[in-house]
Amino acid sequence: MRRISFTVNGAAREVDVEPRELLVYVLRERLGLTGTNVGCDTSSCGSCTVLVSGESVKSCTMLGVQADGLDVTTIEGLATGGALHPVQQAFHEHHGLQCGFCTPGMVLASVSLLAETPSPSEAEIREALEGNLCRCTGYHNIVRAVQAAASA
Amino acid sequence: MIPARFDYEVAGSVEEAVRLLGESDDAKLLAGGHSLLPLMRLRFAQPSLLVDIGRLSDLAYVRDAGDRVAIGALTRHHDLTTSDLLARACPLLAFTAGQVGDPQVRHRGTIGGSVAHGDPASDLPAALLALDAELVATGPGGERTIPAADFFRGFLETALAPQELLTEIRVPKLGGGSAYVKFNRRAQDWATVAVAVAVTNGGARVALANMGPTPLRATAVEAALAGGAGLDEAAAAAAEGTSPPSDTNGSADYRRHLATVLTRRALEKALPA
Ligand SMILES: Cc1cc2nc3c(=O)[nH]c(=O)nc-3n(C[C@H](O)[C@H](O)[C@H](O)COP(=O)(O)OP(=O)(O)OC[C@H]3O[C@@H](n4cnc5c(N)ncnc54)[C@H](O)[C@@H]3O)c2cc1C
Ligand code: FES
Ligand code: FES
Repeated sequence: MRRISFTVNGAAREVDVEPRELLVYVLRERLGLTGTNVGCDTSSCGSCTVLVSGESVKSCTMLGVQADGLDVTTIEGLATGGALHPVQQAFHEHHGLQCGFCTPGMVLASVSLLAETPSPSEAEIREALEGNLCRCTGYHNIVRAVQAAASA
Repeated sequence: MIPARFDYEVAGSVEEAVRLLGESDDAKLLAGGHSLLPLMRLRFAQPSLLVDIGRLSDLAYVRDAGDRVAIGALTRHHDLTTSDLLARACPLLAFTAGQVGDPQVRHRGTIGGSVAHGDPASDLPAALLALDAELVATGPGGERTIPAADFFRGFLETALAPQELLTEIRVPKLGGGSAYVKFNRRAQDWATVAVAVAVTNGGARVALANMGPTPLRATAVEAALAGGAGLDEAAAAAAEGTSPPSDTNGSADYRRHLATVLTRRALEKALPA
């Protein structure tokens, strides 16, 4: 076991982990943050996307020990004081979800996109979400939600 | 899917990484982990020791080095796509890095890991072949420079010795045109086939991804162009001397055809009439 210290959703956390534990399982099973979903477990679907140092990362493709000392944001950390994050609010208003399974990853990938490209074109949004698969929505409302969040 | 157990050490310097690699017969370097961790989860790879070089931030840079651009091996794909220097001096590499996987992959994966992994379907190795890049490796005996043309030896096999670390990649500043044309069936996927073209000092170098066990130079296309052939005629030679795989993305014959079509498109972009 190895002790890692990192910041999760703004709070300092210390956890003992095995080196082979993937970040997504450290978050879900050691810290109880089950908002981060595991869809494919093969680095393809993006449902496990979290922010590491503000950038989107597939947490099933990173070891917990690699996050030692870093800043991690999960879907639980986006809302402030009961108010949804603008991207969450936009997904809500534009019906950017159906079953909701891909949604935490979609929202965090979108937050990362808007941090890098504040006013993306529709094509840029579609390109930027290529690592996130949705089995329900057909993507149109997701793209609309991101466009709305960008102009919010 | 959980990887098999392994020991884990964080290297604080290149020297320490080289020393740690010597401590176990099947130690492996961990950079961005975006090739290695998927293999470890499937237990296709079961190293006993992982030496994490992901924190060697002094190996993450894009620098002006006279007639070349020097890139630290730990530079992430994302940082290649956003480098102003690379966009100006070697747009082929900046563009190609943006074709790798998806944003999440580009936020973690590194150029050094992509090259050292030696996957013939990868994007950056083909671009580096077309650029005639130099690869700098450091091992117990010191540093050596390997031309890209000698680096890729077989499927997932490179010229790196077990205790060697790739530290820097040097590419020429491009005066002429260049292009990277990739064909894949799913947005985030590896290339079914891809073609890289770089024009320097009047000559064009052409390289192919996923047309054999290593990335390959399309020497027949280069020779045809040098001999004054038109773009159609030159591109028709793209599959000569290749041995493409057959898999769920396409048969070998399909890939041979694709190579000629994509080469024609890449030449058109790099060598405008
Ligand atoms: C979903 C997904 C999609 C992808 N799509 C593409 C794609 O379209 N095109 C593409 O080209 N790639 C793709 N990749 C692979 C990606 O580009 C990887 O980032 C890259 O191949 C490996 O870089 P890394 O830093 O993650 O290396 P790691 O996985 O950490 O290491 C890979 C190998 O290289 C060795 N190594 C790493 N760094 C060094 C070094 N400095 N010196 C010596 N050896 C070293 C390691 O020991 C290991 O054997 C994809 C990956 C994923 C997960
Ligand atoms: S669970 Fe991580 S990408 Fe699908
Ligand atoms: S809303 Fe169901 S998978 Fe996207």
